[in-house]
Amino acid sequence: MPDPLIHARGLVKRFGDFTAVDGIDVDVAAGESFGFLGPNGAGKSSTMRMIGCVSRPSSGTLSILGMDPHRQGPEIRARLGVCPQLDTLDPELTVAQNLVTYARYFGIRRRKARAKAAELLDFVQLSERADSKVEPLSGGMKRRLTIARALVNDPEIMLLDEPTTGLDPQARHLVWERLFRLKQQGVTLVLTTHYMDEAEQLCDRLVVMDGGRIVAEGSPRALIERHSTREVVELRFGETESDDVAGKLTGIGERVEILPDRVLLYADDGDAASDEVHGRGLNPVSVLVRRSSLEDVFLHLTGRTLVD
Amino acid sequence: MRRLLSVLEFYLVGYRRTWRGSVFGSFLLPVLYVVGFGFGVGHFVDLGGRLGPVRYLDYLVPGILAATAVQVAFGESAWPVLSRFLWIRTYHAMVAAPLRIIDILGGSLLFVLLRLVLTTVVFLLVTTAFGAVHSAWALAVPVVCALLGLAIAAPVYALSAQVDTDSYFPLLGRFVIIPMGLFSGVYFPIAALPRAVRWLAYASPLWHAVDLCRAATLRGVDLPWPTVLGHLAYLGAWAGLGFWLAMRAFQRRLAI
Repeated sequence: MPDPLIHARGLVKRFGDFTAVDGIDVDVAAGESFGFLGPNGAGKSSTMRMIGCVSRPSSGTLSILGMDPHRQGPEIRARLGVCPQLDTLDPELTVAQNLVTYARYFGIRRRKARAKAAELLDFVQLSERADSKVEPLSGGMKRRLTIARALVNDPEIMLLDEPTTGLDPQARHLVWERLFRLKQQGVTLVLTTHYMDEAEQLCDRLVVMDGGRIVAEGSPRALIERHSTREVVELRFGETESDDVAGKLTGIGERVEILPDRVLLYADDGDAASDEVHGRGLNPVSVLVRRSSLEDVFLHLTGRTLVD
Repeated sequence: MRRLLSVLEFYLVGYRRTWRGSVFGSFLLPVLYVVGFGFGVGHFVDLGGRLGPVRYLDYLVPGILAATAVQVAFGESAWPVLSRFLWIRTYHAMVAAPLRIIDILGGSLLFVLLRLVLTTVVFLLVTTAFGAVHSAWALAVPVVCALLGLAIAAPVYALSAQVDTDSYFPLLGRFVIIPMGLFSGVYFPIAALPRAVRWLAYASPLWHAVDLCRAATLRGVDLPWPTVLGHLAYLGAWAGLGFWLAMRAFQRRLAI
């Protein structure tokens, strides 16, 4: 493997007594699309801020593009694109002005900055809004504009912290589609998310984080194969039957997870498993057989669901 | 320097939208002061003759010039700075780009300086038209006011970068900025103050600037050079200390 763009060993971030990131090892190769998956408070954003060279690691080693983030922060940041979790657009400036002023921070000449802004607005489908102010834009439009802004310097690594959190499904798909295009163009994407489907759609490889540590690593497919069964049966029971359901289900499939609102039955053949449930005289209110997802991986690894 | 100027450019792009109102304000304010205080109050003061041969209007104008610089500096560095940390998150956006803290803070304060110079120049032009400026040294007034503004803006920037609520600003306004305006020799000579209170005037950056501005716009006021340098050094000390505090506060807030 050629030198990784991001290389971290034993990376730690402490805030006073609280340890947000607790000794993680990460390598991200050029052209790869890499994800940090985990619930809120898992340490994803702290990790991203260290990679973005705006937060100094408490210990461990970190190198970005072969440079030291502490000593060469501005040089590294000149080659990164950052899409933060909270919008940092200027609401009083126009859409185009937001891009041009930002490009100037990178030392891009005015004429070139204007051309780049037009090109990027086209890419994120906001050309018609170029001269309108940012304030009245929808959440999805603002997010796309933020992505465009992160691209003004043709970054080698694009850092996306929760890129679609808070967006409605249609807006999310638009963002994903644009990010997928970037991935195809060879931009290295590093993103954090607590959405399974986002991680599955965008990441070639990801780490599952919990409590500041990495609990699993691999491609979405490999993680599912390693930590879950091929299929899952989701069962919902009425009031009366919920008491000893667990006992009655023992032995069906590989594993049973009891959640407050439903029971998950892990089995390679979901239909056979659900037949057996009925065969044992149980009458669930609803039965859903689906493929395993990263949600199941997370549940298995941490005993908790991702989105509370 | 290029990076610092790109930060200034960001502010100028925003200012392009509001400059008309701001310049009009800078023009209207001195007119109101000249008519209200200079002619109105001045009429009575001049009847008393306590200022000697100097008209009250001429006495007042340099003081108000400096006091206006304090207002502009305070206005630019309280709420706007807090909002760029808390709500708009402008500084967070800047720090994700290849800018250093010194570029961000330097570019921001440079914009404040431009605002100060612009306001002061318009004020000077208006009051000159009213015949209240009597010496070519008045050309030094924008420089003095810019330095005074920095002596106020830099420490207020440091405060704004450390707080999480704007409730400190009205307090600062009421208990520091307004009293400073009243007891720094803007409206009357500080010799009229009890000796103990006079020390407040000496401590206030505004008094030092007022003394300089008055010597610059009135005819025949000879301020000895050591006094001039002393005033400038005092203002410079506030600006320097404030800048250092603001650098530290920005560094911590943006955790870089």
